[in-house]
Formats: sequence, C-alpha cells, structure tokens
Amino acid sequence: MSQMREPSPEQIKAEKIYREMGMTDGEYTMVENILGRLPNYTETGLFSVMWSEHCSYKNSKPILKKFPTEGERVLQGPGEGAGVVDIGDGQAIVFKLESHNHPSAVEPYEGAATGVGGILRDVFSMGARPIANLNSLRFGELDSERTKYLFKEAVAGISGYGNRMGIPTVGGEIQFDPCYEGNPLVNAMSVGLLNHEDLKKGQAHGVGNSVMYVGSKTGRDGIHGATFASEEFSEDAEVESPDVQRGDPFVEKLLLEACLELVKSDALVGIQDMGAAGLTSSSAEMASKAGTGIEMNLDLVPQREEGMTAYEMMLSESQERMLLIVKEGREQEVIDLFKKYGLEAATVGKVTDDKMLRLIHKGEVVAEVPVDALAEDAPVYHKPSKEPEYYREFQAMENVIPEVDDYNETLVALLKQPTIASKKWVYEQYDYMARTDTVVPPGSDAGVVRIRGKNKALAMTTDCNSRYIYLDPKTGGRIAVAEAARNIVASGGEPIATTDCLNFGSPEKPEIFWQLEQSAEGMSEACRALNAPIISGNVSLYNETDGTAIYPTPAVGMVGLITDLKHITTQEFKAAGDLIYLVGETKDEFGGSELQKMKYGKIFGKAPELDLDTEVKVQKQILSAIRAGLVASAHDISEGGFAVALAESCMGAKGLGAEVEVTGNPVSALFSESQSRFILSVKKENQAEFEKMVDAKLIGQVTGNPVLQISCNGETVINQQVDELRKEWEGAIPCLLT
Amino acid sequence: MKFAVIVFPGSDDVDMYRAIKDELGEEAELVRHDAESLEGYDGILLPGGFSYGDYLRAGALARLSNVMKEVVKAAEAGKPVLGVGNGFQILLEAGLLPGAMKKNESLTFICRPEAIKVQNNQTIFTSLYEEGEVITVPIAHESGNYYCDEETLKRLKENNQIVFTYENNPNGSLEGIAGIINEAGNVLGMMPHPERAVDELIGGTDGLKLFRSIVKHWRETTNVTNA
Repeated sequence: MSQMREPSPEQIKAEKIYREMGMTDGEYTMVENILGRLPNYTETGLFSVMWSEHCSYKNSKPILKKFPTEGERVLQGPGEGAGVVDIGDGQAIVFKLESHNHPSAVEPYEGAATGVGGILRDVFSMGARPIANLNSLRFGELDSERTKYLFKEAVAGISGYGNRMGIPTVGGEIQFDPCYEGNPLVNAMSVGLLNHEDLKKGQAHGVGNSVMYVGSKTGRDGIHGATFASEEFSEDAEVESPDVQRGDPFVEKLLLEACLELVKSDALVGIQDMGAAGLTSSSAEMASKAGTGIEMNLDLVPQREEGMTAYEMMLSESQERMLLIVKEGREQEVIDLFKKYGLEAATVGKVTDDKMLRLIHKGEVVAEVPVDALAEDAPVYHKPSKEPEYYREFQAMENVIPEVDDYNETLVALLKQPTIASKKWVYEQYDYMARTDTVVPPGSDAGVVRIRGKNKALAMTTDCNSRYIYLDPKTGGRIAVAEAARNIVASGGEPIATTDCLNFGSPEKPEIFWQLEQSAEGMSEACRALNAPIISGNVSLYNETDGTAIYPTPAVGMVGLITDLKHITTQEFKAAGDLIYLVGETKDEFGGSELQKMKYGKIFGKAPELDLDTEVKVQKQILSAIRAGLVASAHDISEGGFAVALAESCMGAKGLGAEVEVTGNPVSALFSESQSRFILSVKKENQAEFEKMVDAKLIGQVTGNPVLQISCNGETVINQQVDELRKEWEGAIPCLLT
Repeated sequence: MKFAVIVFPGSDDVDMYRAIKDELGEEAELVRHDAESLEGYDGILLPGGFSYGDYLRAGALARLSNVMKEVVKAAEAGKPVLGVGNGFQILLEAGLLPGAMKKNESLTFICRPEAIKVQNNQTIFTSLYEEGEVITVPIAHESGNYYCDEETLKRLKENNQIVFTYENNPNGSLEGIAGIINEAGNVLGMMPHPERAVDELIGGTDGLKLFRSIVKHWRETTNVTNA
C-alpha cells in the first residue's frame, strides 16, 4: 500500500476515486465547496470515513433524534463514548451496546474479540471501571459448517477477550434464523461503574493543551473499517484480512488500569477511544465538541510498520489506543504513569483555536480541514420510506393456531430449538464470575451484579425478537423494550435506562428505511412508558447479503437498579408447596412464534399485540410484590410460550417439578407467545397478601417430585420428567455442533 | 496474618485481594511483578488471570518476573505459597511444583462451579476440611488439564501430594487432579478458585476453610497473637 503513489487531487476528481472510499458524487462536491479547493488523497479519506454511516449516522440521525434520551437519572445521553446514569450514593453507571457485525462475518474470532475491546474502551474512556459485559448474537441455523464455525469462533473471541480483561460476561441472548446466514450479528455491551467526580468526556478544551497518544502502536490494520461496515456484502467480495483488526486484550487491560489511574489526575482534560476511524474520529470529534481545533504531527505517532502514509495512519483502526488532551506542561506525568504499566504515551499535537484539523507529516501540511465539517456538520439524509407489501399481507391475515398432535413431543422439540435451548455451552466459556460480584449468573432472566460495599445491585439484559419486528416493526420494537424491562423486573430491578444497536439492511431501500423508522418509534413509545430513556446506542446498516436484508434487529440493552440485595429474584422454583401464578392474558397469538417457525419453516401473520398500559401495570405490580418480599421466583414468558417458561422454572431448580391447570385452547395455553405475561411462585403464607397486590391467576403448585405436569380443561396435556427435559434442553446446542 | 498478592501484568488480583481483606479479615497487599523483596509477608498468594496475556504457554513469561526469585526464596524458607488458576500454572512453570498444564480437553475456556474432593486434609492449607469432603469451588480456565509423567505421578501418590481431585473431571486432568502440594508441604497449586467461594451470596463459602487453615497454621506456629 505504501509503495503506491497517491493519486493527485485532480486525479481523484477525474477518476472519481472517492467512490472507492464510499463517497458519493454529491458528497465529494460538498467537500470541494467546504474547502474551496480540491481535497487531496488524505483529506478525501478523512471525509469519506467521517461521513460513513458508521461514524456520522447520516441516514439514521433523523430517526435517532426521536428517541427519548432524557430522564431524572440521565447524566449523559447519546453523543459521548457511552451514556451515563445516576444510581445514587454519588455513583453512576456507564453503558452502551455496539455492533461489530461486518468484521465478525469475515474473521469471527477477531471480529467478536475486538467488538468487546471497543465497547470496553468506550466505557472506560468515560472514567468508569467496566464491571460486566453482555452481548447479543445472531447466526444462521446451526446446520451448515460455515455457521457452526462463525458461532464457535465468535463465542471464543468474546471469551478470549472478555476473560483476559478480567471482566465477567453476565448475560446475553442468541437467536438463530436463516436470515442471518450470510450476515451474522455480534453486538457487545459493557456496563461500567464510576463516582460522579470521575466522569470524563471526549472534548479537546484549552488552546495550547497537548494531544497525547497512548496504547498500542499504529499499524495498517483495519484501514477504512468504518466504511467497510457501511457497505453490503456480496458473494465475490472476499475481503482481505487487513480490513479486520486484531485485538490484544493484554494491552487493553494495561490500558484500562492506566486510564483509570489517569482519570484521577487533574492533568487530564479529555479522553476518547480511537475506535472506528481511529485517529481521525477521535481528534475531529474531540475538537468539534469543544469548539476548538487540533494540529497533529504524524511523525510523532507511534508506528508499528515502516513507511506509513498520513492516509494510512489517520484511517488505521489498530486496537487498544486512546487519544488524550492533557494540560500543557503536564505531559511528563502522563508519560511516567503509562510507563509504569509498560505502555507508551507520546505527545503528537496540540489544541488550537482555529477549528481546523491540521496534519503535518514529514515537515509538510498534508491535510487541513474544518473539524465541524468532519464531525457535527456531516451530511444528513432523509431517506424515503415505504410500507412494504409483505406487511400489508401479514396484517390482513387472521391468527392461525398451528395444529399440534402431541403436546409432549412439541414441548421437547421446542426446548431443542437452538433459540430456546440452554446456552450453557456458550456462557460457560465466559468467565462470568470474575470480580466476584455476580449474584445471578447467565441463565436466568437477567444477569445481576452487586455494587460492592452498598446494599444494591444492577440487573442487566439484552433482548430483541427480530421475528416480531419483521412482521410488525412498531409492535416488535415495543416488545423488544418491554421484554428487556420484564427481565429486569423479574430479577427484582427497576429499569433505569436503555441502550440499543440498530441492525438493519440497506437504508437506500424505502422498505428497509420504513422498518427502521417504525421499530424506532415502537421502541421510543415503550421506553417512554417504562421510564427507561435511551442513553446510548449504535447503528449498523447495510446488513445484507446479495441484496437480501436480515430481519430488522434493533437489539436492546437495559440496566435496572435493585435497591436492596434482598430483592434479587431468579426464575427457578424454590420449594415444594409454593403456589404458581400466571400473570397476563393468553391469546391465540402465533405470528413469529417458535412454534410457527418450527411447524411451517417460516413466519407470517401478525406479531403478538402489546398494550403498553397493561405492560406498565403488570410490571409495577410484580416489582412491588418482589420488593414486599412476596415472590419466591419470577420468570417472564417469551419464546416458546407458557409451557417453555414453566419448564425453564423447573429445570433451573434441583429436584422440583410443577403441577398446574390451565384453560382454553391447549395449543394457545401452552405455546402462544402473547405478551406481558409472567410465571411467579409464592410461598403459601404469602398468598393473601400477594393476591391483593398482583392480578394473577393461581394455576397450581411446585412439587417435590421432579415432574412437569400441565392439565388443560381437566385433561393432562404435558407429563414430563424434568431431568429428561433438562437433558434435551441442555444437550441441544452441543449436539448440533458435533 | 499478612498476605502478599502477587500482581503480574494481566493478573486478576482483585478476587484474591477481596477474599483476604473483606471475607477473611486478614491483611493483604498487592505486590508488583517487579518487586525486589517479599520480606515481611507471612503468606504468598499467586492469583488467577492471564499474566502477560498468556499468549505463550500459560505462566511461561510470568515465571521470569523479578518477583518470582523472591517467591522461590519464600517457598524455600517454608512460607505458605498458594497459586490458584494462573498462579498454579506459574508455580508449575517455575518448577516449584511438578508437572505441566495442557489445554482443556474441550479446547474451550470453562467457567462453572465444580465439585472437588479433599484428598489430603493433613496440609497447612486443608486442615479444617474433613478428609474425603466434597466441596463446591468454581473453576475458570482454558488450560487446566494437569499432566505429569508416570514417575512423578507415582511420587505424588506416595507422598500424598494430591490434595484435590475433581468429582467430574471437567478438563481431562490426569486422574482428575485439581490441586497438588510440594513435598515440603508449603506450596499448593490448584485450578479451582477458592477465593471465589468465600461469600454466601456469590457461589457459596466452601473456599473459606482453605484460607482459614492457612491462618490457623500461622497462628499456631507464630508467637504473635494476631486475633
């Protein structure tokens, strides 16, 4: 690459070389107008990467603007490395969910690993110590060697990076569907804890202050990664490896400790991760946010390879790097601090007052562009939106109850569906116990991590059923948020804030843009109703293979506050004799359900309905009952319906079963995916008080005999040994992988 | 009793440190890999984690650290030395314990609570356990598949150096070995993490007796009353 002579400004224009960097003719003309001259090769690179969807959100901005982002706990909404929410006692949490889909499709281990690394830096660059990680993953069906490889390697990558960082991975979700075959999704979330006074921002204040570079040296890896992430895959586009970054969690761990020591020092003015678009985005954004400019001498940038050009250095996405703004004259302190951790820190430039990003390389100014033009003032597009044909067809359909001959067989078959099956094979590869604060490990509704030294904990989850969203994006968007909140509530927490990662197909297609618009609206409605504003997020568009988009997948991450450790609740039954209650109404709803997909091999019809008033009421009642100490176990009903949820509450317990009686159509009673439902168990002595607080139907009790027995309208429909069910449920994924 | 928790770059020292300070109520200090002396510490703890990233063989680089010379000295002086997880791997690499670690049979990292049996309760680390007692202690490792040659195994058995074994061998370890002690009886290495089993709320308290055994021994053999 370095041997190649860079094309001249005239050549770039005449030969439309900017197109190869993902820039349109219109955008190129805009750059010309901004500069009042032709941009050189480096400058063209700066604009193309900063104006990519990945960095500028140019297509999604009009949608993101509609999200509710404010609330009494919100200290920092979207716009910084990650959002910040107050949790009392002078403490706050910082979290964000972010995609690393495109790299993971090409090189799943490194793609997933560096996804974890990137989100961690977003969190600790705010001054927070990461205390827990989660993820949201999507793959094709586990029936092809390619998918098995992608799945195994992505999990190994998350494990390899997260474990080496000593940060527990406490939760997540995985869905398998053919629509992700060519375009898997790897979304990583990290939650950090800080004291209010340690909150740092990525802003380059103070003219004359130094710009410092810390962490790994810059190499040629990941050049133009952000642009790559803003393109579709096509069959012939076998991407060469330099497009995927490689992670070094060992260096990241040193960087984490060094940065957390640094944030205590008043020498530090601003700090930002060099993530997508590396040096370019960190410098331009920090200056733009502070209303300043930055001048950097690229000769001073620590380099891993020889002969790197300005273009290569600015667009490299080498991992484990941070850009700092340090008070003038305090540079040596920072150098010494990093040296203690075996890391290099170098002064590479200074803050200026002219709002320009000026780059000097080998004694010459190689780029000089206004920082606002790169960052804040990137173009914004209002894409056309069109209701797709399929949606109209689905909405016109009547609800169909699938035919089921053998309820027992169907339950077992559902438990073996990879989306429902136990994810033990996955989460046992994650060190979910590191830092010894994980009270509820993966496998229950939400992961729960206590706040050491305080009588409180955090419940955290990721959720998104993209099948509902495909059928009906607005309703599905509401469901994604509501389900995340249900998981928090079932764990004894109160939802306090949300993060999201909007994974969609190409926004150039009006039908896809409509999905994006509608689902965001549904999510917004639910976030408002549940008082869980969106404090951070990320957008990943162009998730298509050969023109076919994935299901719209706006993954939701949510954190809840548990105000007393005694409130921590899990999904498994606790003791024989406890009463079992069903909360919520069961309807004949199978659109997008596991049963529908299993029976017909496809999904169709309407998504389950969701009434937000009902949802809010149900969640409030349950949380009150949990806080009153009346609930022994709580589990929300999701994929697979009532029978699957009840089986899960039995399988998580040791030596317990359940005997319950339900009514109505047995297929719906057992397998419908109606929303706003929970299964709770309650000690007998709490019956009266519980029933006063929660609108719930007593359906049976926990038994000391490990058998799951369900009767419907007086007839036994399910009779299964819990140990057998567990064997099938836990064995399903390992079995598919061998 | 005053413990040194040795911190290599990449170590996960926090669990061990908290277990000693918060749960056991004894003194603990973090001591860096480049420390020149371990003078003044009554016990040495090598925690888990991934020293130097463990990109090479686990523990292979850590054993070359400055502080390891001091750890060897402390071991020779008869001070209790406990290596857990990565700490065990480092003790093997340093030659303070015999044998080696291979990757888990599954070739994956495994994290879960595991039932282990106390094979030898006649050590300074296990005196408060019953012989044959089965305790639950979490494992969290990628290379915990213990291996040694036949002769070494024979010696380990003869000298009663096998302290812990797995009830359901999770990683392929020879004879289900989970922890071994040196011949002198003051250096213990184990893959399960007792420091992660010291709190009822988080994974139970089966690991506490191990630390209490060390403290008990120290109290019995020192004139200082530290209670």
